[in-house]
Amino acid sequence: MSGRRIFARPAHFAAIAPYVWMVLFFLVPFGFVLKISLSQTAIAQPPYEPVFDLMAGWGALKAAFAALSIDNFRLLVSDDIYVFAYVRSLTVAVTATALLLLIGYPIAYGMARLPARWQAVAMVLVIVPFWTSFLIRIYAWINILQHDGLLNQILLALHLVSQPVVWLSTDSAMYIGIVYSYLPFMILPLYATLAKMEPVLEEAASDLGAPRWQVFWLVTFPLSLPGVGAGVLLCFIPIVGEFVIPDLLAGSNALMIGQTLWLEFFTNKDWPVASAAAIVLLVVLLVPLLLYERLQKRQLEQGR
Amino acid sequence: MRKVSRLSRFNVASLSLGLAFLYLPILILVIYSFNASRLVTVWGGWSLRWYHEFFNDRAMIEAAWMSLRVAVSSATIATLIGTLAAVALSRGERFRGRTLFSGMLYAPLVMPEVITGLSLLLLFVALNAERGFWTVTIAHTTLTMCFVAVVVQSRLGSLDRSLEEAAMDLGYDPLRAFVAVTLPLIAPAIVAGWMLAFTLSLDDLVIASFTTGPGSATLPIRIYSEVRLGVKPEINAICTLVIALIAVVIVIASLASKLSSSQGESAAPL
Repeated sequence: MSGRRIFARPAHFAAIAPYVWMVLFFLVPFGFVLKISLSQTAIAQPPYEPVFDLMAGWGALKAAFAALSIDNFRLLVSDDIYVFAYVRSLTVAVTATALLLLIGYPIAYGMARLPARWQAVAMVLVIVPFWTSFLIRIYAWINILQHDGLLNQILLALHLVSQPVVWLSTDSAMYIGIVYSYLPFMILPLYATLAKMEPVLEEAASDLGAPRWQVFWLVTFPLSLPGVGAGVLLCFIPIVGEFVIPDLLAGSNALMIGQTLWLEFFTNKDWPVASAAAIVLLVVLLVPLLLYERLQKRQLEQGR
Repeated sequence: MRKVSRLSRFNVASLSLGLAFLYLPILILVIYSFNASRLVTVWGGWSLRWYHEFFNDRAMIEAAWMSLRVAVSSATIATLIGTLAAVALSRGERFRGRTLFSGMLYAPLVMPEVITGLSLLLLFVALNAERGFWTVTIAHTTLTMCFVAVVVQSRLGSLDRSLEEAAMDLGYDPLRAFVAVTLPLIAPAIVAGWMLAFTLSLDDLVIASFTTGPGSATLPIRIYSEVRLGVKPEINAICTLVIALIAVVIVIASLASKLSSSQGESAAPL
């Protein structure tokens, strides 16, 4: 009997604690979100007790099911604010992810070209800002972008502008903040695939007479697609639900879905609508995830 | 044959610009935390005034203390459970519900925090749990154990399994072989996992906002409400202190991985 077989059983025991934890604190809570998203606003006043009364028996359970309604979802579809917020979130996420790819790719490419010893240093340098609090990083940008902040001072000193430019509470500020916060998430997966790539392939292409841009576009970029996919996914999904960065840098005019959900929950205290908004957001995010999975499967089938 | 350098001028430029972009804002913030002037933008000479102000701000100190306690407890629980999860995933070939298990472990990594926060709050309300230290700790554990699992699992995956099997052939039972052989080898990843969990918890605003109760705000919640009211130089000082704390954490983490690489094993990147 091989050692591997013997070990299989204790490893299964190891799964018990994390399994129970995740079911209890990850899966079950979604049941509650679903349940409350289907309750009526009027009868569903916070704090929603009891959400599920298992002691009440079948009759009560049936009554509870009968009281469920899809009104909240209807509201989400019919109210322009929500439709707008979803569209807006997706637009911002697509734009920001494209920017991240444009900015992150050359950096990851440069890292992969460094001598091996320096690659490790560069990787640490990219990871360290990710360890520093994101709130602090956003705050650092508020310092720089505010009316009499450093950016305007420099622009004025260089006579590039004649009076301070409004940066805060604009979309540009929001994009700067998002790109800044998510850059490591884009660079690292890109770097991982670029560093693994055989330089021989690029050399072969240039030996055969391909100009630099063709070597990049026909050899390097296609081979780095798995990294591009991972980086895009890692940035896109959280950006769609982003709340803090647009709130602090773009102000109330940003209104992405994360902010709308937050407002609905904390300010309007309409938990059912907030829950319904969360469920729609989840469904929206499942689409890119499934697309990515299909892409990966196809790449595996191609033998890589 | 090795090429001397494949680094072009474009590579160097994009790298240095990228790193400057990542570091300049933080550097500026740290410098301005020592500014004597009340105006964030006018340089009034070096001073520790804002640090002084922070240490006299009871509410901020309490929030910082709450954050530290939550971060230490949640990181510790997350490391224990997350390591178990990593072991189960990489050593338990197939078990019932494995797909669901790994799905649940990876989902929080990409899920928007508003959704995680909202769903956990609804659970706590349903359980009629008093919201405060423990609810935030549980919420942070749920999020960060997934990161620990990923870090430890990548280390376990790159490990040569024959070492463990050799120990078992020599008469150790699987558990003892794991504790005596594998555990020391993955220790740096476990340490790195704890550090990551600690900083993620210290950093979190959204999930903490949903799961905490009145009167037990964490530091990010306090900072957030201050920042919304406008820029205050005291925040620069607090942020610098947090950065310093995290720098210490990173140094410890890198020492831990150096220790392991001197034993002849390359360390996990995070």
